[in-house]
Amino acid sequence: MDNRNQKGWLYLLPALLFLGVFMVYPLADVLIYSFEEGYNFASQTFFGVGWYNYSYVLHDPYFLQAVKNTFLIVLITVPLSTLIALLISALLSSIKPLRNLFQTIYFLPYVTNTLAVGLVFMILFRKTPYTDGLVNLVIRLFGGSAVDFIDGPYWAKMFVMCFYTIWVVMPFKILILTGALASVRQDYYKAAKIDGTPRLRVFFRITLPMISPMIFYLVITGFIGAFKAYSDEVAIFGTDLNAAGMNTIVGYVYDMLYGNSGGYPSYASAAALILFAVVFTITVINLLISQKNVHY
Amino acid sequence: MKVVLQNLTKVFVGYHRKKKEEVIAVNDFTFEIPDGKLIGLLGPSGCGKSTTLNLISGLEKPTAGRIFFGEDDVTDLPPEHRGVGLVFQNYALYPHLTVRQNILFPLENLRGREKLSKEQMQERAMNAAKLVQIEELMDRKPGELSGGQQQRVAIARALVKEPRVLLLDEPLSNLDARLRLRTREEIRRIQRETKVTTIFVTHDQEEAMSICDFIVVMKAGVVHQIGKPQEVYDHPVNLFVAKFLGTPPINVFEGQVKDETLYIGEEAVLAVKGAKDGEVYVGIRPEGFVPAADGALTCSLKGVEVTGRDTTIVSSHPLSLNTEIRSVMTAETVVPAGADRVRFALKPNKVKIFSRETEEAIPFEE
Repeated sequence: MDNRNQKGWLYLLPALLFLGVFMVYPLADVLIYSFEEGYNFASQTFFGVGWYNYSYVLHDPYFLQAVKNTFLIVLITVPLSTLIALLISALLSSIKPLRNLFQTIYFLPYVTNTLAVGLVFMILFRKTPYTDGLVNLVIRLFGGSAVDFIDGPYWAKMFVMCFYTIWVVMPFKILILTGALASVRQDYYKAAKIDGTPRLRVFFRITLPMISPMIFYLVITGFIGAFKAYSDEVAIFGTDLNAAGMNTIVGYVYDMLYGNSGGYPSYASAAALILFAVVFTITVINLLISQKNVHY
Repeated sequence: MKVVLQNLTKVFVGYHRKKKEEVIAVNDFTFEIPDGKLIGLLGPSGCGKSTTLNLISGLEKPTAGRIFFGEDDVTDLPPEHRGVGLVFQNYALYPHLTVRQNILFPLENLRGREKLSKEQMQERAMNAAKLVQIEELMDRKPGELSGGQQQRVAIARALVKEPRVLLLDEPLSNLDARLRLRTREEIRRIQRETKVTTIFVTHDQEEAMSICDFIVVMKAGVVHQIGKPQEVYDHPVNLFVAKFLGTPPINVFEGQVKDETLYIGEEAVLAVKGAKDGEVYVGIRPEGFVPAADGALTCSLKGVEVTGRDTTIVSSHPLSLNTEIRSVMTAETVVPAGADRVRFALKPNKVKIFSRETEEAIPFEE
């Protein structure tokens, strides 16, 4: 038995080493950094230990702006993208001709580079001295006045941001949901049909519970992904997100490490741990809600 | 409620390598199912029996022909307006709902005049549950039930709407052998109690013969014979029906009729009055062989199987189409031991002859 135990640990060793070096050690390091006050990167020295870094971050207007942006993006894009993806998948699975074509079209954004997509969004939404951009042309056509979506009011920027995020995360969700819908056995629908079940009731009482594990998976990963948003913001608003007022928590962490105000690993660590606490809390809440509503 | 099928036809159009292919699943069915009877649609897989069931339920639209429930033409009605209950082969119970919710599900769909109060629904559900004896399982999920229990729930769900016709699609095929025996008695009992016209589909002839009032034997979309199980067994209209019914299966030989006498090889085995001369297939039921020292049919003895209740003599014959001839007799029969040949006399009523060309039965006076 002892021998077998040793063998088991031996087999686990590569994975444990890997995880230890690249996950556990950095995590512990971040935790330590976040409590070292006045840490100097060059001299590797610090003044003391305490909560100052957290206090600084929580009072930093840039951080508060980043938190607000992140929460807005999460709360708008996760439910909306899941709902729209569900709607599109349900429609996709109810049509027969050209279904494969549509599935391919809907999946295309997934294989497209986010920066390239960001560029396209810039062209669509940006207002420059030379042109108002395509979206503004349409707005003007309907009698509205042109708005600078990239460098204008906050709501316009947030709109573009959410639009972009939803557009980018949608293909994967549609892929997962059409797969989930296709795996629901046809017999359930036949049984429902025999009983004259109205279509909406079929959807809410049969289809939705049957695919609930997949929806739950998409919501959880959606929340986590949206909380960690950063590259999408850079794709549209460039690297100086603080100036654009569109920074996110991860963006703030990055800036604190390498940005113009960079060189503050302690602040970055504190912000990262705050983000971790937030994501952890939300995920636990999700799990608790799911226990009642997800049917495996 | 009697069910009448009139020239019912269903053609499926498929595309194979862009070539249109038509498959006639059900070919010009005309028959009447009497009120309150249990009918078995019986045939090998792919014979169109499930399609027939789907046509009756309304899940499929017929290509041609009409379906009547009593005097009502239901051909163009959607399933929910036909008043049918359908039990699926794999039960199709909603896994996320409890047994109670599953049984209530059809009732909750009722609208308008048919709408029931909460109490009425609960009562109907409870009655259906009592009928199939699952009252104590009402708050479980289907996943927590055995196959037999799930089957009962499925029947309860189909019956709770008080359908005019109950349809069962291979109801026993997912159960193990012991449970199958019990469940088929159960289906018979439920059908007797509710007196609902019941149509059930099976490929297992024993199942159909044991509980049905009538059986419909089908092959490749065509009805071959309709009748009471014993009648169909005793008087099959053709070789297919004769071969399909009965375990062990009927023993088939190549033979001839000459001067109203039936020959297998050189041996004259039976007088067949009224049969015309010609090449025939001879079908002999396993219980039609009587070992006798002066028997007309000589076979090479291969072995004897004793099961206690009866004895099976396994033998072979060069003109037999079956690799071995199985003849069943009571356990008291003394079988000559050590012999390599066995001679049988034949019971005339257990011998059927069929034309070699058409495979149709040839009648003769016994």
